[in-house]
Amino acid sequence: MEFPILSTLTWLPVVGGIAVLLAARQGTALPRQIALAVAIITFVLSTLLWRPSLFSTATMQFEEFVPWIDAFNVNYHLGIDGISLPLILLTTFMTVLVIAAGWEVIRDKTAQYMAAFLIMEGIMIGVFSALDAMLFYVFWEAMLIPMFLIIGVWGGPNRVYATIKFFLYTFLGSVFMLVSLIYLYFQTGSYEILDLHAVGLSLREQQWIFVAFLLAFAVKIPMFPVHTWLPDAHVEAPTGGSVILAAIMLKMGGYGFLRFSLPVTPDASQSFDWLLILLSLIAIVYVGFVALVQQDMKKLIAYSSIAHMGFVTLGLFIPFTIFRSTGAFSGIALGMEGGMVQMISHGLISGALFLCVGVMYDRVHSRQIADYGGVVNTMPKFAGFMVLFALANAGLPGTSGFVGEFMVILSSFKANFWFAFLAATTLVLGAAYMLWLVKRTIFGEIANDNVAQLSDINGREFVVLGTLAVSVLVLGLWPAPLVDVMHGTIDNLIEHMMQSKL
Amino acid sequence: MKAALITIVLAPLVASVIAGLFGRRIGRAGAHWITILAVGLSFALSAWVLWQSMSFGGVLFNESIYTWMVSDGLRMEVGFLVDRLTALMMTVVTFVSWMVHIYTIGYMQDDPGYQRFFSYISLFTFSMLMLVMANNFLQLFFGWEAVGLVSYLLIGFWYKKPTAIYANLKAFLVNRVGDFGFILGIASIVYFTGSLDYGQVFERSGALSQGTVEIFSGNAWSAITVTCILLFIGAMGKSAQIPLHVWLPDSMEGPTPISALIHAATMVTAGIFMVARMSPLFELSEVALVTVLVIGALTAFLMGLVGVVQNDIKRIIAYSTLSQLGYMFVALGASAYAAGIFHLMTHAFFKALLFLAAGSVIIGMHHEQDIRKMGGLRKYMPITYWTALLGSLALIGFPGFSGFYSKDAIIEAVHLSHLPGHGIVYLAVLSGVFITALYSFRLIFLVFHGQERFDEHTRSQLKESPWVVTVPLILLAIPSVVIGMLTIGPLLFGDWFGSALQVLPRHDVLSELGKEFHGPLAMMTHALQQWPLWFALAGVATAWFFYLKRPDLPQSIAQTLAPLYRILDRKYYFDEFNQQVFANGAQQAGRLFWRVGDETIIDRTVVNGSARAVDWISGRLRGIQSGYLYHYAFAMVIGLAVLLAWLILGA
Repeated sequence: MEFPILSTLTWLPVVGGIAVLLAARQGTALPRQIALAVAIITFVLSTLLWRPSLFSTATMQFEEFVPWIDAFNVNYHLGIDGISLPLILLTTFMTVLVIAAGWEVIRDKTAQYMAAFLIMEGIMIGVFSALDAMLFYVFWEAMLIPMFLIIGVWGGPNRVYATIKFFLYTFLGSVFMLVSLIYLYFQTGSYEILDLHAVGLSLREQQWIFVAFLLAFAVKIPMFPVHTWLPDAHVEAPTGGSVILAAIMLKMGGYGFLRFSLPVTPDASQSFDWLLILLSLIAIVYVGFVALVQQDMKKLIAYSSIAHMGFVTLGLFIPFTIFRSTGAFSGIALGMEGGMVQMISHGLISGALFLCVGVMYDRVHSRQIADYGGVVNTMPKFAGFMVLFALANAGLPGTSGFVGEFMVILSSFKANFWFAFLAATTLVLGAAYMLWLVKRTIFGEIANDNVAQLSDINGREFVVLGTLAVSVLVLGLWPAPLVDVMHGTIDNLIEHMMQSKL
Repeated sequence: MKAALITIVLAPLVASVIAGLFGRRIGRAGAHWITILAVGLSFALSAWVLWQSMSFGGVLFNESIYTWMVSDGLRMEVGFLVDRLTALMMTVVTFVSWMVHIYTIGYMQDDPGYQRFFSYISLFTFSMLMLVMANNFLQLFFGWEAVGLVSYLLIGFWYKKPTAIYANLKAFLVNRVGDFGFILGIASIVYFTGSLDYGQVFERSGALSQGTVEIFSGNAWSAITVTCILLFIGAMGKSAQIPLHVWLPDSMEGPTPISALIHAATMVTAGIFMVARMSPLFELSEVALVTVLVIGALTAFLMGLVGVVQNDIKRIIAYSTLSQLGYMFVALGASAYAAGIFHLMTHAFFKALLFLAAGSVIIGMHHEQDIRKMGGLRKYMPITYWTALLGSLALIGFPGFSGFYSKDAIIEAVHLSHLPGHGIVYLAVLSGVFITALYSFRLIFLVFHGQERFDEHTRSQLKESPWVVTVPLILLAIPSVVIGMLTIGPLLFGDWFGSALQVLPRHDVLSELGKEFHGPLAMMTHALQQWPLWFALAGVATAWFFYLKRPDLPQSIAQTLAPLYRILDRKYYFDEFNQQVFANGAQQAGRLFWRVGDETIIDRTVVNGSARAVDWISGRLRGIQSGYLYHYAFAMVIGLAVLLAWLILGA
């Protein structure tokens, strides 16, 4: 038997998290060190997965299979393809940074904080590698618990409202997914995700299942109009919580569409694609305007996240329109890979932006834009990073933020001129809200005493932001490796979903 | 060749990174030495490439350097295309950039951001080279946005100045509006040709000219027209054409060296270069050509007029730049691409010269920029005066100077054009000559001649600028005078650009013009019989009369023509309109969506509403569970009765 690397990646952080909890009594130094070590080891191990040659086809790799609940044919089945691989790496990468970012900032219950992030890391890797639908569901729901605790314990003053809103929203969505999964089990006698892909379903059945999945995934992404939990959750969450929420948890929705909605219910996806496209475009334009007028930095970035995730759903759901209007597959893969690239890129950039806000919040204890101004005068290094990430978020070519948007815009032009037109408004809107934020917070004369007393980022913060900056630039200047690992899986998925199940 | 090209591009980038990241360690001298050497190296190699391309002709190099990514069969690459058009642009860009680097040593002497400034302008040189050397649309867009980024950073270089950080945000956003059109144009090209590579796209341009885009259902528009106009919107942003010109005058908030480099000589001409590069596409759509022609003419005429009433020395030159860019677009619209590029080149030299001369004046005047507070500077700053005078003569198209050849060629090309509307455009560019001469010599007379209108303290410190400032002035003055005479023959009428610029025979105004061309000297004598020269002289004479002979007159004229003066002074109210409609409108829309859409409808009504509904229903239900047995028994009896009744009656 091969080394069970996916199980190791899933359970090592969980076990590590428990170890950190046990070490809590030893003060803060030891738990922190354990946490960082576990996170780094997990990240290093996860890089072993990066073997591009394995992912040239859609076949699942690194599979593990252990029967779990025989009565219902539930199995502990793990495996990854070209869609899950980049997301797993993103998870392990961001967790290291989040642990490092919380190093001396979290004074209260440090060990528990670190432990929560490690446990969450393991669960998220589980979500991305589960090949059994029930196992997937267990991880999917389990993920809520640590996030609930992170916001509820280390969050801001209005954290209770935010956590309940967050929990109910996402839980409500996923309950419908559970019903669908059970229905599918009755149809196939299996919870194997790949079996579900193959099952034949009538259009009506597919539509019901699609809508149930949609509720679960749309809330997670989040799509308009079920997005209002996100700004509240971000505002109340501690910095690390916001980072993981934006960087990884939102990607679960996009992953769900790719893993379930499109392959299991292709005909329903086709019949409802207008709705998804409409909601994506609303997210890009409407939410772009909303982001413009935010006074709270975290809310602004949260809204910008929603707008950027609009590109993900747009890229994933334009294939059918492209095929209808051009009669060819050309341009479809571009959009779907663009959506995937957008997920990874947004993970890095939004994470970085929330860390930047965290850096400012740690010093001034305010997230209000009006409380800042002229930060560059006292924090020149930090200002450099902030401007870089803001521009990356505005989709500047040369940064990762450009890649996905460019691909999706090119692709959506093939579907319809107006899709591309509305999507491209992000060039103006994104630049407007990000650079206006920069103008008001970073540039200008020193606005007040708080800003005058700011000290520039220390070595630890520099390393965290610097690592992200390098990643954002590398991915922007050379996205080929990332796109290459997806080709096999995406091509297979397109073939599968463009084929009617009826 | 490949190694040379990569060095040309990377040298400024490496220098920029070193000066930017390790600026403190290498010190001020280190920062300027490394960037000047790097850009100098780029210039030397570019000149060599130009020389090579002159001896070989055709396409010197067209290869990809690395593959950015391949998705869906669409190759996205970084690669260089070097033909004479590229080589010319590279040389002009690196030469002006090099001069500006040297000049900066003097201009930014006391600035705390010295190293950062060198890092930025070197980064700009890299971006601009990427733009002009691209062999595909992806890299073109990369360079396009990268120069925009550096422009943003440099306009806001003095980040404490509120006007500067307002201007840089405005510049970036207005450019983004252009890029919005540009990216859609690129998407359209990919849609119809399936490629981003220039060569392949031009080969398959037939697909574009036959294709249609249905933007409004039922209305099929020619794909080539839609594509070219979308690309042109990009050019309008970057090259500041009406109505996307509003950012350029404000960009003068940045340090003067970058006004010369970015906002006069190089970046703002990117749009011209792009349209010329796309000549195989634009030629296929007369609608697009007419659009270019008309927008260019409007900008040339209207913006020149605004220049006449400005009082800030840099803003006058900025409006002049807008107007001259308009001229270049007029040339492109008339299919005289070579004339557009020719004017781009001559303008790069003389306009960079004028800006640097203005900067020299600003140094001398201790950062006073209002020309009403200058006067008589000629005797204090002779080198600045003479070079500025040469630059102005070139700008107004005085016979023999470089601007004379390039501008006359444009005006004559429009005259010969057959496109609809060329008659009015001809009048606009012709009267533009008068306006150009008027504002140029208004500036010269008010700054260098006449009464000294500054205080004793300023006078006592007035002196000529140091050599790092004056040497670039002199080096730029030389091409400003002679480059037109030397190059007009081959550039315009000798098919020098070869296949880089493609013109359909029925649009080929330059070859028609070429029939009347008998060498640069003959063109000078011929000018005596032409309108433009007399318009220019009339402009100079008017400026002399109003600003030296009767300096009291302009005031009273402004009062008599108050409404007209106000319109010009407010720059046709473009800024007010944009602020009201777009800036405020967007915020109002945002607030409406947020407060009404998100907060009231979604959150308060639906989300909290459903929570309240659950609360309310459970409140009612709680009342039913009273705990009294007889309540339950009573409910059961009633239920039983209803059920029985329903069964009996139903049966």
